[in-house]
Amino acid sequence: MPSITGVSARDDLPDPDGGGSLQGDSASATGRGRLGDRLFCGAARGAGVLVIALVTLIAVFLLSQALPALAKNGANFLTSTEWTVSGDNPRFGIANLLWVTIASSVIAMTIAVPVGVGVALFVTQYCPAWLSKPAAALIDLLAAVPSIVYGIWGAFVFGPHIVGLQTVLNKLLGWLPFFDNDTGSVGSSGTIFFVGIVLSIMVLPIVTALSREVFDQTPITHKEGALALGATKWEMIRTSVLPFGKPGVISASMLGLGRALGETVAVLIILSSLAADTKWSWSVFNGGETFASKIANNAAEFDSAQQTGAFIAAGLVLFILTFIVNAIARVVIERRKVFSE
Amino acid sequence: MTTMADPNQDAGARARFAAELGHQSRGRAIRNEVARIVMWAAFLIALIPLAWILWTVLSRGIALLLEPTWWTNSQRGITSRLTGGGAAHAIQGTLLMAVATALMAVPIGVMTAIYLVEYGRGKLARAVSFMVDILTGIPSIVAALFIYAVWVTTFGFQRVAFGVCLALVLLMIPVVVRSTEEMLKLVPNELREASYALGVPKWKTIARIVLPTAFSGIITGILLGLARIMGETAPLLILGPYTANIATNLFGGFMGTLPTMINTNRVESLQPAIDRTWASALTLILLILLLNLAGRLIGHFGKLKT
Repeated sequence: MPSITGVSARDDLPDPDGGGSLQGDSASATGRGRLGDRLFCGAARGAGVLVIALVTLIAVFLLSQALPALAKNGANFLTSTEWTVSGDNPRFGIANLLWVTIASSVIAMTIAVPVGVGVALFVTQYCPAWLSKPAAALIDLLAAVPSIVYGIWGAFVFGPHIVGLQTVLNKLLGWLPFFDNDTGSVGSSGTIFFVGIVLSIMVLPIVTALSREVFDQTPITHKEGALALGATKWEMIRTSVLPFGKPGVISASMLGLGRALGETVAVLIILSSLAADTKWSWSVFNGGETFASKIANNAAEFDSAQQTGAFIAAGLVLFILTFIVNAIARVVIERRKVFSE
Repeated sequence: MTTMADPNQDAGARARFAAELGHQSRGRAIRNEVARIVMWAAFLIALIPLAWILWTVLSRGIALLLEPTWWTNSQRGITSRLTGGGAAHAIQGTLLMAVATALMAVPIGVMTAIYLVEYGRGKLARAVSFMVDILTGIPSIVAALFIYAVWVTTFGFQRVAFGVCLALVLLMIPVVVRSTEEMLKLVPNELREASYALGVPKWKTIARIVLPTAFSGIITGILLGLARIMGETAPLLILGPYTANIATNLFGGFMGTLPTMINTNRVESLQPAIDRTWASALTLILLILLLNLAGRLIGHFGKLKT
């Protein structure tokens, strides 16, 4: 309905669910008839079914290998902070992993979302036309840097510079448990706080790319309407571009969050892991391990079904977390599609 | 954008005009100005890490890359105390795994995209599309664990390069599907209809008309997908042990790759190994940038003429 909302030409393209202008060939869509047609349609559908099967298999395999280990687990899997996976009495829980994973991702998102949206607004609304494409390409370059390079850059180059900021934050906000220095590691760069900052750089291109796309699709009539009513540029953005792009931004943030939750190598390199009997602390100036870095750190220990199972159980939780986050992203953007048509 | 007056030049004039009329308060003008500065700042802040990373890797890694042995020799027999040797084994391993991965992921990805665009209707297509999105978001470590659970725990095979490829396939499929899908949707429907009108069966229309038309776009998607998986390290940590020797067997023995070469050298404290860390990081970035660039160029010059 471009005539009503003034949606850009992009929306006229057929969508993946088969609505739109591809309806014309629905007569042959069933793929019955000639042998070639049947084979080809079968192969295409087979590939599609394979994709569904793969995701299902991931869940099934992880679950089936995690369950025996979980059954033998002597500690509460969700609330325990212990991690002893060998021997006859394995005791392991994910409380620590869950906390570090979520804390670092939350820090990453609180930085990446505002900056990412700002960059997207800059590229689509503020920057001169000639700069728009190169600027977008530059930000996309951030996504081309492999995560292990973020890891070594963070640990060896950026890390030493962050200690000052950590000390200042600790002095100003030390009364909050999150910025407490009870573990005495505020002077190190192997902290959850610093990992969050590096993660924010890594997810920035994801947040920016999708936000940019939706901001670009803001109906020109909305923008002109706002300007015609005397709005300043910022008021125009606040009243037309941002509301229109909101589902896209939420979706983009969710995708970024998914990436931050599952990031492995950069976290593995930067975050200093804790000794087994370290006291629990809410401080973000503390080391630790995320689900992903725990698994990668101990890849050499996968020698018995029980040990492997414990790590697979941790991987399963990570899988469920990212599944939920990505499903939310998908649902939000789907609803926008329905709404704008 | 053409219908709207250029807002950049216009903003000042309009602000003055409105101020004369007494409609625009000072506060609004200031807020407008602040917003603009904030957006510029966001962009410039985002550029800092990019420039910093690229400069770090370039300045610390370039020296070794300029030595011809870097491209021709392996690290065989070279300890962290010694200089010399090269990354040939790692470059070769990375490329070999990338090719093997592409050989598996591309057919599946392209066929899935064909299904979604040309055949898919109703519940199954929605489910496939949803699962592709889920696959996009799967952390590489989970993909690696899954393959480990199948390949090593269930079938009892060794940890070999091919297992890494299987994990990478999972990560590459969604990239190929999404980009191919976009390209297939750009193929004008008139082409399909003209083909049907001539009595060409649907499968032949897709294979001979639709795919060739979208070819360059599909290649772009494949190259971008390769760029994504080449830098993945997590599956290599779980499934692909590193070796300093040249290895060509995907199904047996260890195989060196650039990410694992970085990972092996980064823990060393001696200067030759540190140099090699940055040099292999630079090599990896160059390789990925090259693929990205090639993908974008093909996408740019092979753009659909509609």
